[in-house]
Amino acid sequence: MVGALILLVICSIGLAAPLLTPLDPGAIDPAFRNKVPGTEQTVRAADGTKTTVTHWMGTDSLGRDVYARVIYGARASLTVGIAVAAISVAIGLGIGLVAGYFRWVDAIVMRFMDGLMAIPAILLAIALVSLSSAGLAIVIVAIVVPEIPRVVRLVRSVVLSIREEPYVEAAIAVGTRTPLILVRHVLPNTVAPLIVQATYIAATAILIEAILSFLGVGIPPQTPTWGNIMAEGRTLFRVFPHNILYPGIFLALTVLAVNMLGDGLRDTLDPRMSKRL
Amino acid sequence: MLAYIAKRLLATIPVMALVAVFVFALLRLTPGDPAAIIAGSAATTQDVAAIRVKLGLDQPLVAQFLVWLGNMARGDFGESFFFKKTVASLVADRIEPTLMLSLTTMTLSIAIAVPLGVLAAYRQGTWIDRIVMGFSVLGFSVPVFVIGYLLIYVFAIELNWLPVQGYQSLRDGVAGCLLRLVLPSLTLSVIYVALIARITRTSVLEVLGEDYIRTARAKGLAERVVLTRHALRNAAVPIVTVIGIGVALLIGGVVVTESVFSIPGLGRLTVDAVLARDYPTVQAVILLFSFAYVLVNLLVDVSYTALDPRIGY
Repeated sequence: MVGALILLVICSIGLAAPLLTPLDPGAIDPAFRNKVPGTEQTVRAADGTKTTVTHWMGTDSLGRDVYARVIYGARASLTVGIAVAAISVAIGLGIGLVAGYFRWVDAIVMRFMDGLMAIPAILLAIALVSLSSAGLAIVIVAIVVPEIPRVVRLVRSVVLSIREEPYVEAAIAVGTRTPLILVRHVLPNTVAPLIVQATYIAATAILIEAILSFLGVGIPPQTPTWGNIMAEGRTLFRVFPHNILYPGIFLALTVLAVNMLGDGLRDTLDPRMSKRL
Repeated sequence: MLAYIAKRLLATIPVMALVAVFVFALLRLTPGDPAAIIAGSAATTQDVAAIRVKLGLDQPLVAQFLVWLGNMARGDFGESFFFKKTVASLVADRIEPTLMLSLTTMTLSIAIAVPLGVLAAYRQGTWIDRIVMGFSVLGFSVPVFVIGYLLIYVFAIELNWLPVQGYQSLRDGVAGCLLRLVLPSLTLSVIYVALIARITRTSVLEVLGEDYIRTARAKGLAERVVLTRHALRNAAVPIVTVIGIGVALLIGGVVVTESVFSIPGLGRLTVDAVLARDYPTVQAVILLFSFAYVLVNLLVDVSYTALDPRIGY
């Protein structure tokens, strides 16, 4: 529950970003590069009025306000997390249902998934992003692909156990068409573990996106993401650690919140799973 | 038992074949002409055509695949466009740091995590348990490079106890090599420790409720013996499984850690190659890592027979 609360706060920060800071996260100001957190800056507007702006988290190597970038970065990271979770669950559900129900499909699909799982996720994501132009959509696709086998495995295991249930047998005996059986009887059983798995996937996705951006193969730096900000702060880390510290804290907090949310959901929705891990 | 090992070995062959197909397809499936992608944006049409012929891209896909496989079987992984060396020599240069890092991380992680997990299970519900579990969730959530930079900041910059980055080969001195590996191994092991400690605790908890534990205690065995010889031994199978699965996380983490600590290993090679669009190297490295992962899991499967005599046919 604590996780849900923290997540709510971070979500609202991301959504309300323009209201929380008057500064543009992309506004380059070379004169104010690498300022320590807490520096004040007097800005002269076009009509001559002077306003004092405080850089709560300092500025980065191009003079952009880190606080503004971190807040806008919440948007990108959360979008990636939610999108990856939703898409991978949707695709995995479809594949898993079919694979679990039809035996001949099962053999082929599971071999495929085993092969996919053999390649470490980050390597696969890096390779996929590098082969096309960088951008939000590509990053989402690159993170979805390695996560699909996990979802497929989970759905398939549920389907395998549900398939033998008496009510499924009854439905077949009555003559229900297969798609209807899948949707009406099998699918609802997968919902609970899928929701839990979706939260874990979201957490992993946010992490992988940060790692991709950190390595330089993620979302291009015009759109601030937490990984981006840290990547740019790498070279001057020794002297100006605030570039890495603040996005890092936010990142860790968000992923922690999502994980805690997942744990809480798992305890309520599926007590059997909580004993496994 | 040998039959079991042979069976598991045979089962890995289709998986490796699939991985090879994936890696091969990665380049060929992207939109656009692979030769043009490799040649880069500054190439003329003659250059692109030359590259196409050199790579054999004008031949049918299946032929290309078989040629590629054949080359690899002979040890020829192609030539790197970016580094101007054969891929095989590139990999051979960089494999030692990565191996050392991985080995030290795994030893460290298992040495820390298993006792912690057993302790947490033994003292379930007390503050030790809560701390270990809390730490494990934290270890899962904080990304590798954040931990890396944090450790660098605390130990190398502020306290100046350890060198900031870099790697020293074993040949140049064991002590120096290990010293430089302390921070990277610690960084990488955090997530691994979190994973292993959790599963150890769960597994040992299940085992501690069994009857034979009660018998062992009734026999008068020291608690330590009960925990190691009876509890841990029987709890080992899921733990070893997770260690095998965690190697995938380890590989991913190695890529990041080597970037943070400037260790000239295979992980850094991957990133550099990807950024430079150096496809032969990328293909070779992904294949290598995947094979290593499959191999480790094969070893895990085989170790089941030693840990649990019921398994194995």
